[in-house]
Amino acid sequence: MSTETPLIGDISATPAQPLDGARIGVVTFPGTLDDRDAARAVRLGGGTPVPLWHDERSLRGVDAVILPGGFSYGDYLRAGAIARFAPVMDTIVRAAGAGSSGPGAASSSALPVLGICNGFQILTEAHLLPGSMIKNDHLKFICTDQVLRVENTSTAWTSQFTDDELITVPMKNQDGQYVADSATLQTLEDEGRVVFRYVGESPNGSRNNIAGISNERGNVVGLMPHPEHAVEAGYGPDDATGLREGTDGLTVFTSVISSLAGGAA
Amino acid sequence: MSTFNIDTVENASTTPDTELPWAELGLKQDEYSRIVEILGRRPTAAELAMYSVMWSEHCSYKSSKVHLRQFGEKVTEEMTKDLMVGIGENAGVTDLGDGWAVTFKIESHNHPSYVEPYQGAATGIGGIVRDIISMGARPVAVMDPLRFGDIDHPDTQRVLPGVVSGIGGYGNSLGLPNIGGEVVFDSVYQQNPLVNALAVGVLKHEDLRLARADGVGNKVVLFGARTGGDGIGGASVLASESFDDTKPSKRPAVQVGDPFAEKVLIECCLELFGSELVEGIQDLGAAGISCATSELASNGEGGMHVELTNVLLRDPTLTPGEILMSESQERMMAVVTPQNAEAFEAVMSKWDVEYSWLGEVTGTGRLIIEWDGETIVDVDPRTVAHDGPVYERPYHRPAWQDDLQADSFRASEEGQHLPSTAEELGGAVVELMSSPNMADKSWITDQYDRFVGGNTALSAPDDSGVIRVDEETGLGVGLATDCNARYAYLDPYAGAQLALAEAYRNVATAGAVPMAVSDCLNFGSPEDPEIMWQFAEAIRGLADGCQTLGIPVTGGNVSLYNQTAGRAIHPTPVVGVLGRFDDVARRTPSGFQRWADGQAIYLLGTTRDELDGSEFARLRGHLGGHPPQVDLAAEKTLGEILINASRDGMIDAAHDLSEGGLVAGLAEMSLRFGVGSRISVDALCERDGVDVFTALFSESQARALVALPRSEELRFTDMTTARGFPALRLGVVDAVSGGIEVAGDFDGGSFGIGLDELKEAWSATIPARFGAGSAGGETPLGSRPADAGHHA
Repeated sequence: MSTETPLIGDISATPAQPLDGARIGVVTFPGTLDDRDAARAVRLGGGTPVPLWHDERSLRGVDAVILPGGFSYGDYLRAGAIARFAPVMDTIVRAAGAGSSGPGAASSSALPVLGICNGFQILTEAHLLPGSMIKNDHLKFICTDQVLRVENTSTAWTSQFTDDELITVPMKNQDGQYVADSATLQTLEDEGRVVFRYVGESPNGSRNNIAGISNERGNVVGLMPHPEHAVEAGYGPDDATGLREGTDGLTVFTSVISSLAGGAA
Repeated sequence: MSTFNIDTVENASTTPDTELPWAELGLKQDEYSRIVEILGRRPTAAELAMYSVMWSEHCSYKSSKVHLRQFGEKVTEEMTKDLMVGIGENAGVTDLGDGWAVTFKIESHNHPSYVEPYQGAATGIGGIVRDIISMGARPVAVMDPLRFGDIDHPDTQRVLPGVVSGIGGYGNSLGLPNIGGEVVFDSVYQQNPLVNALAVGVLKHEDLRLARADGVGNKVVLFGARTGGDGIGGASVLASESFDDTKPSKRPAVQVGDPFAEKVLIECCLELFGSELVEGIQDLGAAGISCATSELASNGEGGMHVELTNVLLRDPTLTPGEILMSESQERMMAVVTPQNAEAFEAVMSKWDVEYSWLGEVTGTGRLIIEWDGETIVDVDPRTVAHDGPVYERPYHRPAWQDDLQADSFRASEEGQHLPSTAEELGGAVVELMSSPNMADKSWITDQYDRFVGGNTALSAPDDSGVIRVDEETGLGVGLATDCNARYAYLDPYAGAQLALAEAYRNVATAGAVPMAVSDCLNFGSPEDPEIMWQFAEAIRGLADGCQTLGIPVTGGNVSLYNQTAGRAIHPTPVVGVLGRFDDVARRTPSGFQRWADGQAIYLLGTTRDELDGSEFARLRGHLGGHPPQVDLAAEKTLGEILINASRDGMIDAAHDLSEGGLVAGLAEMSLRFGVGSRISVDALCERDGVDVFTALFSESQARALVALPRSEELRFTDMTTARGFPALRLGVVDAVSGGIEVAGDFDGGSFGIGLDELKEAWSATIPARFGAGSAGGETPLGSRPADAGHHA
């Protein structure tokens, strides 16, 4: 269960046509902010969003999980540091294949997991992804339309992008500077695990201009910018076609849904 | 358990001569005498604490009440037909149709933000958002009208960065998009910045909640954060007095915010509303528990019984009086039936929110507060919450007003040497657009999240913030806040109407139908008859203006004593207007679009010689004369034209003309997406009988620029002709030239400004003062080359 509160502009009353029954879990922690947006993106991508609650271990049989953006537990202590201890994270870590196998682990293939912004921070705190995020080098919150290059199109979350495709999605954070030791950075680069890279001047001082990375198996992806805010014309970033018309982020969600459909076929 | 003596009601009755610190708590002698008269004895320490905060200027509106009544009196049936809740509740509520309603309100947090910029601004957001929740609504967006001193003054350097990061730090953590507002620099706000905050929320009609304690036997519960020692006396001591160097620092009176607690509180309250678990609800803001208990009780059955030792404390040494006055943030008080108590507790436990049952609703008509079983407060709650003092403060027109109005810019020394050649006019445009008030504000607005929620259709720097309410139909709202305090200083009556007119115009320019008004009236000391005159005139102007435009004031806030060391701010009646969209997809962008090459640019409205109080006059250090003429009938017609043009898809861009006049509006439309334009002012000068300089820089009202495809020109001009409204084709959008070109009857014949050059000047002003490092800007650590990767 999750927030049973009235959603503003709730479109759950008109269910989108689920594609091959892809059910994508969206986790809400206390302080999560972009959970409704992630759910909308799943819906617009053709899937069925399933709310997951931080305090419950069950993943309710979902095919993939999104850890959305926000300030879980106020980002107090350190972004993501408290959320990683939530009961739902135990199950997610096991199902993603990073921990030992056990109840809740995916039987055949590892669970696709996407961490956006605070979700990315939680994934690094949970050691599903290497490195961590520190304060932006300019020490301020920044909200901007960010250009990214998609450098790995073999993950479940990027399969429908073309190699080196340039996309524009909103970015908004205070602790977005990706850091890792040089050996880790080298490994990420060598193994092609830098999934998204900032194009142009670095917005936050991230090492190697890294915006998003994946784990070794490619089922876990984390990124600081927000693809779920570029899924609907009129409400996304500005692009060449006009004001807030950008929908480049939608491909992240159609990618996972079609990967899941392909896997089932 | 306590280290202090409890001053009980019984004790107060037997010790009538005990001296109480009423003056230190901000009460006047006659106010104290009245409390004694009401009670028939001296108040207890706890009662005195309650009366002192609730009778403060901030909570009681004692100086403003007699004037504010006009907002309720000058109304027509048309104005109130969509009004579900009017002035007096936490926030007004307006029917949006389709079963939806919208609630919005502006408040000030000026004094706390001066003392402690980050926490003052942060808790300003927190407070207004709780007002919105109290109505049963989900908050959906915030806006911030901000005013600072001279951009180069050290005080501005101290205050602005803290205020901006406080607004961002709190608002961003709540998941509320920040969709607009204002940033104004003027030396009159030095050491008295104005930090106003607007919040808007939406609800289904059936979710409406009011602050009433009804139903004898129902339980009263306090939930959210624990009560601490912060903000004690904030309303009385801080918000209701002027600053003076001779007094000690007031930092302990500023509250400290916890946005995470507030975010959880929002979700928790919405779940309570959704499950219909609360009968009445009130947020705890100014005056804390004093306000919540007395207002809930006096709006309801009239009686309440509370055990104050049940309040969960952060600091166990607090006295009962301090607990009653504390303005600790992120707290709510609700009335719950005994049957629902268990379900209420389940929701609290789901969200990990602390709560404590304080007491119950009674039919006695008395508010009784006990401390460990001993009665320390026994009052009629109405006398605390509603029967505070009302002052008919004396006021008179300042003697200097005539001289001020006689000092027109044209006649002044500075007005004798106006730009007249191509070179001078082009230079003046760059100078104007890079001046602090006209410059790019994205260094500030990029520190706010404008995307969260996924329903933001327009945000700063567009004319209005626009939020979608219903994803199926596109039903939504547009909001704008405005005030030109220079105009209000020259003529407070006209100035308030001009603020209203501009906000109305901004909302209509985006395509929304204006429906409701919220105001934040920032003025100096009401004890100064000249300030009081400014205040009375502004309210009279605003109430008359609302009546003419046919939109009601649904709520707002008064902030007085905005003066430091005897120097008052300019009268600053900030006006917020809310409008309705059938479908926000129809909203009109404020800039020329990249694909709009060759579209026609039209000027709507009449240009007069109106340079007094203008941004150009400010550049030359002049303030005098009369503000631009108010023509609300013209504003209404202009609004109808812009709304119809948006609805029928005739126009692709529209921008209202205000500060800086026609040339500033044109520059902003070109800068928005980096798309050039070419205009000629010959026909305008001839039609309106003005010179080139006036055509470009006058700030005549009821004007807008629009861009439309040539295929729509005939239909559009037919519409303006039918309404008898002036429309003049000035030129075209030029997506190729990369610049703005203005032709006219002046020496040189035309001037052009490259957009790159203009953008550089326009966007450098604010980062140069407050540090770089915003979107794409240079960072303190130096800029890094693109794709610096692979250097491990």
